[in-house]
Amino acid sequence: MVDGNPLEAAETVVKMRGIVKQFPGVVANDHVDFTLYRGEIHALLGENGAGKSTLMNVLAGIYRQEHGHVYIHDREVHFSSPRDAIMAGIGMVHQHFMLVPSLTVTENILLGLDEPRFVMNLDRYDQAIAALSEQYGLRVDPKAKVWQLSVGEQQRVELLKMLYRGAEILILDEPTAVLAPVEIDELFLTLRSMVANGKSIIFISHKLNEVLAISDRLTVLRRGQVTADGIPLQGITRRDLARLMVGREVIFEFEKQAHATGDDVLCVENIWSKNDKGLDALKGVSFSIKAGEIVGIAAVAGNGQSELAEVVTGLRRSSKGTVRILGEDFTNSPVRRGIQFGVGHIPEDRTHVGTAPNLDVTDNVIMKNYAREPIGHGMVVDMGAAHSFAKDLRALYDIVVPNIDTPVRLLSGGNLQRLILARELSGNPPFLVAVQPTRGLDVGAIEGVQRLLLKQREEGAAILLISEELDELLRLSDRLFVFYEGEIMGEITNVHTNDDELVEQIGLMMTGTRMDELHLETEGASHHD
Amino acid sequence: MTELSVKPGKKSFFPYRIGLEPRMAQVSSWLPASLSLGAVVVALMIGALILALGGGNPWATYAHIARASFGSLGVLSDTLVKATPLIFIGLACSLAFRMRMWNIGAEGQFYMGAFGASAIVLLPVLPAEAPRWQFLILMAISGMFFGAIWGSLPGLLKAKFNVNEVISTLMLNYIAIAFCNFFIFNVWSEGGFQMSPKFPKNSWLPRLTDYASTVPEFAGLTTHAGFILAVLAAVVVWFILHRSKWGYEIRLVGDNKRAAEYAGIRISRNIVFVMMLSGALAGLAGMSEISGVVHRFQGAISPGYGFTGIIVAWLAKLNPYAVIPVSILFGALILAGREIQPSGIPKMIQGIILVCLIASDFFLRYRVRIRKQVEA
Repeated sequence: MVDGNPLEAAETVVKMRGIVKQFPGVVANDHVDFTLYRGEIHALLGENGAGKSTLMNVLAGIYRQEHGHVYIHDREVHFSSPRDAIMAGIGMVHQHFMLVPSLTVTENILLGLDEPRFVMNLDRYDQAIAALSEQYGLRVDPKAKVWQLSVGEQQRVELLKMLYRGAEILILDEPTAVLAPVEIDELFLTLRSMVANGKSIIFISHKLNEVLAISDRLTVLRRGQVTADGIPLQGITRRDLARLMVGREVIFEFEKQAHATGDDVLCVENIWSKNDKGLDALKGVSFSIKAGEIVGIAAVAGNGQSELAEVVTGLRRSSKGTVRILGEDFTNSPVRRGIQFGVGHIPEDRTHVGTAPNLDVTDNVIMKNYAREPIGHGMVVDMGAAHSFAKDLRALYDIVVPNIDTPVRLLSGGNLQRLILARELSGNPPFLVAVQPTRGLDVGAIEGVQRLLLKQREEGAAILLISEELDELLRLSDRLFVFYEGEIMGEITNVHTNDDELVEQIGLMMTGTRMDELHLETEGASHHD
Repeated sequence: MTELSVKPGKKSFFPYRIGLEPRMAQVSSWLPASLSLGAVVVALMIGALILALGGGNPWATYAHIARASFGSLGVLSDTLVKATPLIFIGLACSLAFRMRMWNIGAEGQFYMGAFGASAIVLLPVLPAEAPRWQFLILMAISGMFFGAIWGSLPGLLKAKFNVNEVISTLMLNYIAIAFCNFFIFNVWSEGGFQMSPKFPKNSWLPRLTDYASTVPEFAGLTTHAGFILAVLAAVVVWFILHRSKWGYEIRLVGDNKRAAEYAGIRISRNIVFVMMLSGALAGLAGMSEISGVVHRFQGAISPGYGFTGIIVAWLAKLNPYAVIPVSILFGALILAGREIQPSGIPKMIQGIILVCLIASDFFLRYRVRIRKQVEA
């Protein structure tokens, strides 16, 4: 570390040591250490599912760690609720705001506090809050109702809420995800004024540009483990960050057999589509997949890849462009038609989309073929056929569950994913969309899932693989597209697993550099070094 | 996520705190049943306590309620008469609730069903001397038709414009009752009285007492064929829910709407059809009440069956077969209300049973642990 760094002398406000937090089937934090100094902006970087939010939820008293210790101002603390954390001066601003739309800004800020007790002299509090917002440059009208505010203003209310509660340590969970570029600049100014006032900030993000722009030090998590522990930002390039964040650890190698590919199965031309907020998520994407080919999409979460999966399966409308499957026009056709065509879809969200948690294993495995022979007869579901189908799949895909009438909410993540795979692969789909097929699974389960996907490829399926695990994409894909903000940054046709150069290129493209700009960037970076 | 504390964060005065953990393993099948039974016992004990505080003798009261509802063939028959519309409406609600369509409008659908059935006699669609089977079939179809229309209105509004069905079904109740009153007070009024003329006997559902000439024990027993129809309806609803494609779709939409979309199920269509069938079942309850009990079209034919049916469905955990015994229990409590003074006592017991049963659900989902307070 650099000598004379003012932060070295600074006082430690948060010290987390050896934090372990597990969820069924996943170790979200595996002996994580984290240190925060007073008056710094500390970035917590990592891909989705790397354990950033879990770690911060432990600090904010929302989760309790299984092992490890948390020290605030060098005193060990045991939070049993968010309130305990707030009393210790820790405030967290979540990605999804926790505000009451019909109340005013002041009312929202006062919610849940002991003062005022009964009589609300709102004018007095309005003034106090106006003064506070003045001090930190958080411009917002205390009398405005929250529903009238823009997203950026609502975020300011959340920040004010924490400051009003006397938070010294602020945790911001991907604060820029919802903001427009101008608002991001304003937020950064505010954050600067906060640290100038002696606050300490933890900034959770997976956007390299922002981390480089705002933070003093950073900690990087990958798969629940620390890959960089509080390193200062001087001399760090985007390239280094990409490597730390994406990482590469080849656990096992497959022999991916080269084999002849067939005709185009999926053909997407100039697709445009909007996300749930009504903004363009896909901006003119075109590509195709042949039979027997796995095409990977590499992107940081929220760059249009989820919307792409929904558009090609019929779950989301495209505003422009065409989708063709096996030569037939599938643009904006209902989901049902794709299912009848045999399109398989392993969705990103296995509990909220992929399964019905309170229904049993049988009901969940027949989700796609309940209407077809031999399970559907006329208007009736043949439960005998459905049960034997479920039993066959349980044996074939090794789903560990005592009974096929067990509700699937009791299944572990790995078993639930095997159930979805069993359902989607059992019909030998000509076209398969797999979104994050191995997220949150342990090594053994990952290998099993990846082998199943390769088997489908050998049997001639066209597979669209969307993953945030670069490792997985490199291992499975025949070709790879890198997405950034709904556009294709580049196509990689010679995919190798052991190529650091390639990983760096992909990392740069994932953060917004087009393939044809790569050379300039590389040279710029080397000069900088 | 893993634990909820009763008093979050605040320093507790007590050295122990009660922790709740969600049950992760599958519960054995006897647990729900024994919990429900335990809840009813606890409810009766709470009721007994209140009766005792009020100066009554709880045991004598319970014995009297039991005698008044199940004590003899005659009162048992009356209990079944009261249970019949509850079964239909319990089924109507179970079906809709399975898809998380909160149909609070069974009362209005019941009235519309009664109107539809009456119209066959009063318009008249059939001459008074038409054979009984023609009357009964047409009355049932017409009752179901009008109930289905009343149910599908909020269904359509929900499917097309996402109108909250709780509000629309509730409001349609008042419209249905006012609509029926127009005919009761005006069009079909018998000599200015607030009721229609009595229906001809061949439009009545057969009652046990009608067969007293062959089986003398049946004399005076008013249980009518509607009860058998209701039990058959329970079988049909069970079959639809658990053995048909449509029922599978209903259960899937009800458990996870997004999964249903992902499975290619047309949700709007299902909303309309489920509300239609739910309304038809409630309409059939109206027809069975008109043709089996009242034998004329008049006001106040329901002591809130449409709302009690919601409770029945809920207590039966939306299981069509369980709707039958629960309806009989509630039929008994309605009947006892006439025997016991003040008549609020059985209503109070109903309420306590409901609260206890719903509360007992909590123990199915959580395990209670008492642990020592950790010093913060």
